Amino acid sequence: MNSFYKKNGPVIATFFLVAIIFWLVFLIVIPQLYMLDLSFRPNLPPLLRGGPDDVYTLTHYKHFLYGSETSKDAYNYVDIGVFLDTIITAVLVTIINLCFCYPIAFYIAKLATPNTARLLVLALVIPFWINELLRSFAIRILFAGEGVINNILLELGLISTAVNFIALDIALYTGLTYAYILLMIFPLYNALETLDTNQLEAAKDLGSSTVRTHWRIVIPHAKAGIASGSTMVFMLTAGALATPVVLSSPNTYWFTQLIYQWFNMNDNWSRGSAYSIILLVVSVTFVLLMMRLFKVTIGEVVR
Amino acid sequence: MSAEVELQNVSIAFGNFYAAKNVNVKIGAGEFFSFLGPSGCGKTTLLRAVSGFLEPSQGKVLIDGQDMSGIGPNKRPTSLIFQNLALFPLMSVADNIAFSLEVRGHDKVQRRKRADELLDLVALNGQGDKKVHELSGGQKQRVAIARALAVEPKVLLLDEPLSALDLKLRQKMRTELRAIQQRVGITFIYITHDQGEALTMSDRVGVMNDGELEQVGSCYDVYEAPCTPFVATFVGENNAFYGKVEKVEGVKVKVQTGGSSFIGQAGLGLDKKNYKFKAGDEVIMFVRPEAISLKGNSKKTQNSFSAEVKTIEFEGNLKNIFLRSAEDVDIRFSVPSSSDTSGMEPSKNVSLSFSQDNAVVLPTGALALD
Repeated sequence: MNSFYKKNGPVIATFFLVAIIFWLVFLIVIPQLYMLDLSFRPNLPPLLRGGPDDVYTLTHYKHFLYGSETSKDAYNYVDIGVFLDTIITAVLVTIINLCFCYPIAFYIAKLATPNTARLLVLALVIPFWINELLRSFAIRILFAGEGVINNILLELGLISTAVNFIALDIALYTGLTYAYILLMIFPLYNALETLDTNQLEAAKDLGSSTVRTHWRIVIPHAKAGIASGSTMVFMLTAGALATPVVLSSPNTYWFTQLIYQWFNMNDNWSRGSAYSIILLVVSVTFVLLMMRLFKVTIGEVVR
Repeated sequence: MSAEVELQNVSIAFGNFYAAKNVNVKIGAGEFFSFLGPSGCGKTTLLRAVSGFLEPSQGKVLIDGQDMSGIGPNKRPTSLIFQNLALFPLMSVADNIAFSLEVRGHDKVQRRKRADELLDLVALNGQGDKKVHELSGGQKQRVAIARALAVEPKVLLLDEPLSALDLKLRQKMRTELRAIQQRVGITFIYITHDQGEALTMSDRVGVMNDGELEQVGSCYDVYEAPCTPFVATFVGENNAFYGKVEKVEGVKVKVQTGGSSFIGQAGLGLDKKNYKFKAGDEVIMFVRPEAISLKGNSKKTQNSFSAEVKTIEFEGNLKNIFLRSAEDVDIRFSVPSSSDTSGMEPSKNVSLSFSQDNAVVLPTGALALD
C-alpha cells in the first residue's frame, strides 16, 4: 500500500482506491447481497417490513418450482418451461454466433491486409454506436411482413407469400445473435492474432487440408478465446431484455421478461430477486461445467 | 529418392518491387545447395517459390523436370523448415513429427512407429512424448527436421533454421545437418546469410544480391575466384584497392592504385574465362587479409607497400590488424595470435606485401555493405 502511494502520488493513488472500492462494494457486492437477502424474504407492504412476519423463507424459490399454492399442477410448468427455453435458446444463439464470428475473426486476424482489417473492424463497431433497443427495432422492420427481406424474397420469386419471421422467432434469433457479436469477435480475434502464420503454412506444407489445419492447429490455439467469447455471449443472451421484448413472437417468453414483470408490474421485488438469483446461479454453473468439459481454466478465459 | 530442382528465368515481383530478378540455376539431385546473401536479397522469396507458397511472376520452377506452376505446397515433393521452425506447440513431439502421416490417414500405431524411426535418425530417441516447449533449442531443431522428413520429400528446403541458435550449437548442427543429408540422400536447398554455414555444409553455393544470383559455384570457387566485387566482399573478408589498369600481360594485370602499382590476376567471369582488361579500365584489386604478410616473410611476394597501423584486434586464434595505407586505403590483415606483433604499435608505419597470385582484379561494382 505504501509503495502504491509512493509510485502514484497521493492524489492519484487515493482516486484509484476510492474508485475501485466504490465499484466493487457499491456497484457489485452490495446490490447482489441485497438481492440475495431480498429473495429469501416474504413480499410485504412497507409498513410490515422488519415486523414479526418478516422472516427468512423459501417461498419464492418454491413458487418457481411448484407454482402458486392454488395451482393443481405438480410443478410450475410455465416458469420452468420459460427458463429452460431461455437457457437452450441462449446456448443455440451462442453456437450460431460462434459459427458466424470464427470465420470473420480469422479473416480479420490472419488473411486481410491491415487496411481491410481496419475497415472491417470499423464496419463491425459502427452499428453498435446505436442503442440496442433501436437496433432491435431496425431488425424488426427488416423482418416485418411487409419488410425489406420479405419484399426481396417475393421479388426474387423464392417465396410466394410473405413469411412471418417474427412468429417463427427467426427475427429473435437474428437479433440476439447480432446483439453480442462484438463480444464474440474480439476475444476470438485476440486469440487468433497471436497464432504464428508460419504454423498455418507448415501445416499446409505437410499436406494438411484447410479444414484439418483449423481443427488441429487453429481451434486448439484459439480455445481460450472461444471460451471467453462464448461465456460472454451466453451470459448476456440469457440475461437480455430489450431484444426479446422487441423481437420475440407473442407466444415466446424470455425469462428476463418474467423477472421484469415481478419487479415492475406485480411489484413483487422479492420474487423478482429470487428469479434473478436462479438465472445467475444456473448460468454460472452451466458455464463452469462447459469449461470443465472443454478443459479451459478461468485464468485463460479472462485473459 | 531425391529430385533435381531447376529455376528457369524466375522473377518474382511485389508491385513494382522485384524480389527476385531472372534467376537461373539448376540444382542437382542429392545436392546440398545454399543460397547465400544479405537479408532482403530475395533468397527467402526464392525458397517460397520452390515450396509453392508463391508463384513466380515470370519463369518456371521445375522439380524433376516437371513444371510446378499451379501446384500448391501440399502437393509438391518438397518440405520446408521454417526460420522459427513453426513446430505445433500444443502437440507432443511425436504428434508433430507424424502430423503429415495423420493427414494421409495412417493409424496411430503406424504413426508412432514412423515417429520413433525419425526420432532415432535425428538422435532424439525416447523423447516422443515430451511437449515441444520442454525441448532445448537444438532439440527443437531436430524435431523440425524429423517432421519435414516424415513426408518423405524429394527436396528439403531450409530457411535459415540455425539462426536462432548460439554459436557452439550452430557449429554442431552444421555438421549434423550435413550428416543427415548424406544419410537420407535427398536434395537440400539451404538459405542463409552466414557464409560460414554456407561454405561448411554445401556442395555448391549461389550468392545473391538485390534479387539477382551473382555467382554459382563450389565453395572453393566462390571464395577464391569471385566473379563480382559483391561476391568478393560478401563471402569472407577482403581488402579492396581501387585503381586503373596500367598494363595487361596474359592474365597478369598491372594496376595503378594511388601512388603504387600492384600486379594481380584477372578474375574469372561468370563464363569461367578471365576478364579481358585494357589499359585505362577502372578496376578493383581484391586481396584477402590472410594473403597479406609482413614484408620479407615470403619469397614469391612481388607487391609491397607501407601503411600506418591503426588498431589491433585480438580474436582468439587470430589477430586482426587494421591499417591505413599511404594512399588512404583501409587495410585489414590477420596473423595467427602466436605471431610476434611487437613492432606494430598504433601509428607506426610498417611494410607489407602480398603475392600477385593472391590478388584478384575485377571490374568495378558495388561492394557488400559491412
